[in-house]
Amino acid sequence: MSSRALRQPFSLRLTSNIFLALWCLIAAFPIFWIVVMSFKSPVDAFDSNALNVIFGPATLGVGKGLSLLDIILGIAMIWGTITLATKKLPSMIKSYTKPRQEWFGWLIGVLALLVGFLLVFFVVLPAILNVLNPVFGPLGRDVLGLTTEHYKTVWIDRGFSNNFKNSLIVTTGVVTVSLTVGTLAGYGLARSGSTLAFWILIVALVFRALPHSVLVAGYLPVFINSAEWLSPILGENAPTLYGKPFAVIAVLVAINQPFTIWMLRSFFQNIPAELDEAARVDGCSHFQAFRRVIMPVMWPGVITTGLFSFLLAYNDFLVTALLLDAQNQTMVPAIVGMFNRETTTTDQVVAVAAAVSITAPLIFLVLIFQRQIVSGLTAGAVKG
Amino acid sequence: MNFRTFAAFVGPSVFMMLLFIAFPLVSVFKQSFYVTQPIYETVEKETCTPGFLTQTCVTELVSQPKLDEHGEIITQTQYVGLQSYRNVLEPERAWRAISDGNWQVLSTINFWKALRFTLTFTLITLPLVVGCGLGIAVLINNAARSIRGPVIFISLLPFIITPVIGVLSINWLFRGDGIMTALIEWWLNRDIALFAQAWTIEILMMLYRVWHVAPFAAIVFYAGLQTVNQDSLESAVIDGATRWQRMKYIVIPHLMPLIIFVSMIHLMDSYRVFEEIVGFSSQGYVISLQWLTFDYLTPDQAGNRSISRASANSMLTMIGVVILLILPLRRTWRDHKGGH
Repeated sequence: MSSRALRQPFSLRLTSNIFLALWCLIAAFPIFWIVVMSFKSPVDAFDSNALNVIFGPATLGVGKGLSLLDIILGIAMIWGTITLATKKLPSMIKSYTKPRQEWFGWLIGVLALLVGFLLVFFVVLPAILNVLNPVFGPLGRDVLGLTTEHYKTVWIDRGFSNNFKNSLIVTTGVVTVSLTVGTLAGYGLARSGSTLAFWILIVALVFRALPHSVLVAGYLPVFINSAEWLSPILGENAPTLYGKPFAVIAVLVAINQPFTIWMLRSFFQNIPAELDEAARVDGCSHFQAFRRVIMPVMWPGVITTGLFSFLLAYNDFLVTALLLDAQNQTMVPAIVGMFNRETTTTDQVVAVAAAVSITAPLIFLVLIFQRQIVSGLTAGAVKG
Repeated sequence: MNFRTFAAFVGPSVFMMLLFIAFPLVSVFKQSFYVTQPIYETVEKETCTPGFLTQTCVTELVSQPKLDEHGEIITQTQYVGLQSYRNVLEPERAWRAISDGNWQVLSTINFWKALRFTLTFTLITLPLVVGCGLGIAVLINNAARSIRGPVIFISLLPFIITPVIGVLSINWLFRGDGIMTALIEWWLNRDIALFAQAWTIEILMMLYRVWHVAPFAAIVFYAGLQTVNQDSLESAVIDGATRWQRMKYIVIPHLMPLIIFVSMIHLMDSYRVFEEIVGFSSQGYVISLQWLTFDYLTPDQAGNRSISRASANSMLTMIGVVILLILPLRRTWRDHKGGH
């Protein structure tokens, strides 16, 4: 908008920004609200007065709250961690690691920061504040009701950590397998202009539109009876596929495959074909060209596609709810179970806390990978 | 690239899709014509209750599932033709209801009820998603460069959140005397219950879906707005075109391929509407086609899954997918032909 002819009048800019602010409010509010609710006692969380929900008088009443001092120190601590992570951490990792092993340094650095933060924030800081609060008088008095007991209930009493572990297994499996299989296929499809490649893509598009329940209707009888029909091949200890995480991983990989190959194909098309042609001229086979020339430059596309595979596996309800038994249940069906089964408001707030627990990683994901997600959303579209 | 290398690259992926997508489709198609049931046998059973002087004994015929030597129920699979489809569609009742013009009766049959909602949902949310997406994209494009990053971050949140959790978070705002309900009650000055009738739930579901998908549309359109030719915009201004005319004659035509793309994706996704039903637990009022299949597949109290009904329902759902895809596929096919 550098041209003078296109400059907008002030009133229009103002209206536009007001509407944008309104959209941001609408977009963030429900998520913000469940975060607030998850920290309050049930009476406050389901109060019809918004201010009561935010300040939580009933939560304060039972002696759970934060003083101004707590809030100030907590914010300072979070701020400090963010500055440390964005300013100090990269340079420290650069100086301590060898050039080729930076990712390893990042892994260690981030883990150390995370553990350190959790330790200081939840153990050291409360201990210090317990001593300081009485000393500071009015500053040390609780003003904001806040309790973490629902998180304790969810993660410790309700065994949500088990669901978390199952989710982790399923998502890791899905992302690794679907990227390995999908990268090869995406590369093959991008470099081959044959009619067969075209038809594979079209069929994949049709598969993408299928309701997942249709597929599950096909798996269920086969999986439940799998011990029977697998026994001629595997003998006595043929597994029942129903309820097994690896079966769900295979299913989710397949469901994800059409999307993955379309997306990776469009990324590979952006990598000039001259690159692998040059490698071929130098005497590489197709696979060598792929491994030595394409693999080093394909990571942005692979990371983006991996993010979307992760989202599919992490967010899935239908497949995991139907194909996993209670013992191997992942997080989303577990939360729905909590929500549907429980009737008291305490249990509802516990379900809210579980919902926030599952959302928090996603928010971090957007925070870190915003650019990749945006490029992923537009990659398929702009290419047509 | 010769065929063998191509096959080696594409093979694993095609194999997975064949095994886990194409094969289940075929087996669902087959299942929809068969019913697997336990074999029942009628046995004479004598039940005696202690009484004074003599026992009172009653002999009655009881039908019970036959057990094999391991004590497991013997089942048999039987070809039933179109019976499962008839069970799902209930054509006689539906036909009578239509010829009487009695829609109330039609909506008591699950399939037609689900179909009605799925179609309304898809068709109403489509223009809303495209419109809101376009609006948000224009707003982001108008904003100062420095705030675009944070705004896009916030906009991505509804899109990235787990659908079921997103629905639940909306649900918690409105359920009972949730703060949004309280706000509306205060504004209208009367009591309302948003979860007591179908149409309010449907509106909430559509609101959720627009909230969830509009960011995706907005980001795609925003990327498209970056490539609008500034020169033609400028010359339009000099020719005296108003803002609206510039939007209509330059920006929208430029975005048209993206609008079609977003609409296609949205049609495919909203035809599969499912999470909304689960999150609002609205099965008493509103159901969708995919939820119906899910419901048939969930074990009932006796632990039985009505697989054949689920299969029939799936196949009927598929018809909609095929109709949905005919147009874009024809276009792609023509492009492909034209390209060679």
